[in-house]
Amino acid sequence: MKKFAAWAIFIFGVVYFVLPLIGMTEFSLKMRRGVYSFDAYFKVLADPQFQATFTYSIMLALATILIGVLIVVPTAYWVRLKVPEARPLVEFITLLPLVIPAIVIVFGYIRMYNTSSVLPLTGSAFGTDILLTMGYVTLALPYMYRSVDTGLRTIDVGTLTEAAQSLGAGWVTILGRVILPNVLVAVLSGAFLTFAIVIGEFTMAALLNRPAFGPYMQILGANRAYEPPALAVIAFAITWACMGLIQLVTRFAGHERAKA
Amino acid sequence: MTAFLDLQHLEKSFGETRVVKDFNLGIAKGEFVSLLGPSGCGKTTVLRMIAGFETPSSGAVIVDGKDVTGLRPNQRNVGMVFQAYALFPNLTVAQNVGFGLKVKGVGKQEAEARVAEMLAMIGLPQLGGRYPFQLSGGQQQRVALARALAPRPQLLLLDEPLSALDAKIRVSLRQEIRDIQRSLGITTIFVTHDQEEALSMSDRIVVMNGGIAEQAGSPFDVYNRPATRFVAQFVGTLSLLPATVTDVAAGTVSVAGTAVSGLALPPAAHTGAAVSLALRPESLRRQGRPGDASLSGIVRSVDFLGSVMRTRVEAAGEMLAFDAFNDPALPPPQPGDTMTLHFAPDSALVLPA
Repeated sequence: MKKFAAWAIFIFGVVYFVLPLIGMTEFSLKMRRGVYSFDAYFKVLADPQFQATFTYSIMLALATILIGVLIVVPTAYWVRLKVPEARPLVEFITLLPLVIPAIVIVFGYIRMYNTSSVLPLTGSAFGTDILLTMGYVTLALPYMYRSVDTGLRTIDVGTLTEAAQSLGAGWVTILGRVILPNVLVAVLSGAFLTFAIVIGEFTMAALLNRPAFGPYMQILGANRAYEPPALAVIAFAITWACMGLIQLVTRFAGHERAKA
Repeated sequence: MTAFLDLQHLEKSFGETRVVKDFNLGIAKGEFVSLLGPSGCGKTTVLRMIAGFETPSSGAVIVDGKDVTGLRPNQRNVGMVFQAYALFPNLTVAQNVGFGLKVKGVGKQEAEARVAEMLAMIGLPQLGGRYPFQLSGGQQQRVALARALAPRPQLLLLDEPLSALDAKIRVSLRQEIRDIQRSLGITTIFVTHDQEEALSMSDRIVVMNGGIAEQAGSPFDVYNRPATRFVAQFVGTLSLLPATVTDVAAGTVSVAGTAVSGLALPPAAHTGAAVSLALRPESLRRQGRPGDASLSGIVRSVDFLGSVMRTRVEAAGEMLAFDAFNDPALPPPQPGDTMTLHFAPDSALVLPA
């Protein structure tokens, strides 16, 4: 009876999540009357706006990952090594982006960095791109920090640091050649999550008026019938590809260790 | 003796707790010195101050005449081996050994030759391409030793490097470490709580307790002529029997009504003073010789330790440990037997009560 109930809940869950996806995918294939086709997909992929916004979002995602790694890895490392008592506080700070809505953050940015401020980042496209990237870094902070911190937990940070120091290594060498390579899988997990967040983000990009993929999806959805579900399927596939890559990287690392 | 490593009035406090108190030690070049003591005695803190991982609250660390107290760990040219191996998991054995050379900017060819030399020295020339997780504990610690020695440090610091290994490997590896240290002539400080390791490996032992050095001396001296009650009890097994000084001039004490003469009494001893008669298990024997003192008691337990049989005899209200080589032809004593044990007075120690 228990087994039946468990299966029933599982099947309900699958139906609840998968049916809408099937419906959306099926609808996206019905652009040509009477037959299934990929017309909507071809149309979306051929759209110069798609290519431009998608490329833009990828570039910003890469910049976000780079800045996120540069901020989070040394911070998480230093907290573990030197100020472990500050961990609860740092964890709380990194969780704030989850409870403060993106719209609040972006309005704060606009007030702080508008054209009449000391640092008028919104006054130029490049400046706004920097602002948007920083916003994305903030949004991704909870995921990146947790990934890296979990990775650091698996190694003896203190002893490895001391071993490297006794061999003459300075902080940059220790971080670059000892710590980072040993938490690379965790960093990649955080990076893929960051990538998935940035690719679909709408609020910040729309309010800062930047040509990102999120606002493009919204504009397309408001004006077309078949292309938006095709685009949604593409975005969904990208997100799941990221998740799959996290799994792959994690398993690969696990396999390497299991060889011992 | 000119000290190559000179620790001058080292003090270290963590908050209100003074972990190391006015610690002074001079170590000659090429000497192998062990810091021996129980957990929390400050031995690892002293080692970490030498390495630069802890800053002394006061005092100085002088290496080869140069004050290195203010230098960072990576500026001290000190090799260190840790209890937990601390090999870099992302690097192969050869890369681990070559890490310090790469950091120093040693040329590729020279570094490769040095790595090969180090791997040959530790007897693992074929394992350069393996990762640490593919090695046994003993192999990992050998690699850690090679890694520490590769950049030619002026000091080698060993922080309980054998503690995580099983008994057999521990014994073979301690001999290897000693052989390598002798062949390289590198000044070495070894931290351990294992008296057997310290006694078998060291040129000199510093016995620490409560942040101070209780005694520094050769293993022979520390074992046979302990300076304090703590050293006597911590190094080796010791049975203490309550005694009373009866004749200072003749070095006589009374133990449970038996007079034992010819003892070296503590300088402050006076007639009637309460003291402890300390006896090592190996200084007791069942057959007496002329001039021996003797004590009788009841056998309480017999432990078979392989080559040695340890018998505990209750005498003078205390438990007396007695070791005898295992002789298959002789039946072991049984609990409840009465046994008389003999010892030469000069093999006994008299310690303040």
